[in-house]
Amino acid sequence: MSLSQKTGFALHRPGAGSPTAVPSAAAPVGDQTPAGAAPMLDPEVRVNLADDEAATRVRAVLGSVDADLVGLAGVKRRLQEIAALLMVDRARARFGLSASRPSLHMSFTGGPGTGKTTVALRMAEILHALGYLRVPRVHAVTRDDLVGQFIGHTAPKTKEAMAKAAGGVLFIDEAYYLYRPENERDYGPEAIEILLQEMESERGSVVVIFAGYPDRMETFFSSNPGLSSRVAHHIGFDDYTQDELVAIAGRMLTRDDYRLSPGAVQAFDEYLARRLRQPRFANARSVRNALERARLRQANRLVSSNRPVGRDDLMLLTEEDIRGSRVFATLEPDSQTNIS
Amino acid sequence: MRLRHGAFSYLPDLTDDEIAAQVRYALEHEWPVSIEYTDDPHPRNIYWELWGLPMFDLHEPDGVLAEIKACRATFPQHYVRVLAYDARLGRQTTALSFLVQRPDVEPGFRLERVEGPDRTQRYSVRSYAAEAPAGSRYPVASSHGPEPT
Repeated sequence: MSLSQKTGFALHRPGAGSPTAVPSAAAPVGDQTPAGAAPMLDPEVRVNLADDEAATRVRAVLGSVDADLVGLAGVKRRLQEIAALLMVDRARARFGLSASRPSLHMSFTGGPGTGKTTVALRMAEILHALGYLRVPRVHAVTRDDLVGQFIGHTAPKTKEAMAKAAGGVLFIDEAYYLYRPENERDYGPEAIEILLQEMESERGSVVVIFAGYPDRMETFFSSNPGLSSRVAHHIGFDDYTQDELVAIAGRMLTRDDYRLSPGAVQAFDEYLARRLRQPRFANARSVRNALERARLRQANRLVSSNRPVGRDDLMLLTEEDIRGSRVFATLEPDSQTNIS
Repeated sequence: MRLRHGAFSYLPDLTDDEIAAQVRYALEHEWPVSIEYTDDPHPRNIYWELWGLPMFDLHEPDGVLAEIKACRATFPQHYVRVLAYDARLGRQTTALSFLVQRPDVEPGFRLERVEGPDRTQRYSVRSYAAEAPAGSRYPVASSHGPEPT
């Protein structure tokens, strides 16, 4: 065929062969070898894993993960391990060793705002760089997109979601809602069954990531043992420490061309200390919301001041913008801990 | 007689990978793809039965291939074609149409000549297979007999 790239199910990226498209020992190597698939290596040859062109791309992605994401040490270590495993699998395939497609389905468990969705995007990039996905795309769904409203509605919906995610990552947010033990007529288990079928099939090109809060995911997996055993990688996302949250806030502000005055830095530290003690703290998401509200107060301050403003005024968040928060209206953090 | 219908009909039958490549081409142009089947392939029978619904918002051909396989499994002796519809203003028409399955045995068509007024000659085409009732027009070549509809 003249279409050397983008043929059928081939990888949608020039210059990379599919890791499974390695000719078997019996197959004649030569003219029949599809473009991009390297011929099998001799048993004596030694390969340098770091020389693999996929390794370079993976290092680039892992490097950007390291640089862009604050904290998440455990997650980063797991990403590195998974990438290393897949790189070794690629090398094994080049020697003709058994290289079945490894199970790549994952579960991401962690509190709200700990970066599960963000890491899923990076995971898609890593898997794409290694040649296990055709496109670095994440199709995010929730229960609504998988479970139907009447009998016979669920299967087509779930299959449609799989079709849309084909070649990429299917990210099921708040996956525990799929299983509702209190309602035995619920169609959720049907969706899980179809997901399992598709996850099992060798031809399947989708990597499924289940995401949710740790405690509820625990019950979700314990009530679906088949599901738990088919998910190869369980990755836990820890809550951020206060220092990490400050670093995250700094990045958000730099990205949006804002900066804090020295007093505001101090105030924001205090704000986080108080906010951490309050219920429903959603990590990075709460930080973003706090900064959004600070921006509102800054805008209000600038407009009501009735003075001409300069570039610096537009960028600067002052102490009063931070201290205007409702969090400071409550009791002192020390006295609050005494009460509770 | 081999039915020549749609694009690529003078080529050997497309393999699944080639079908996927064509589907990918359609999806890259943002043409929603649908699947149709019939057992009455008369040239004037332009609207075949739609298999499921047209598939929107796909990026990869896997979903279409899965539906094609399901359609083939249900109607192993029907004609199945893939349509890609270009919804752009000013075009709004089928942009690509090709067969992805044909029956094992294709008896073909008979040309009928009908005498019109003033000795004019009118022609019509009649499918041999369509003599049989719908559902048993293209019997399975092996022993299972016609598939139920």
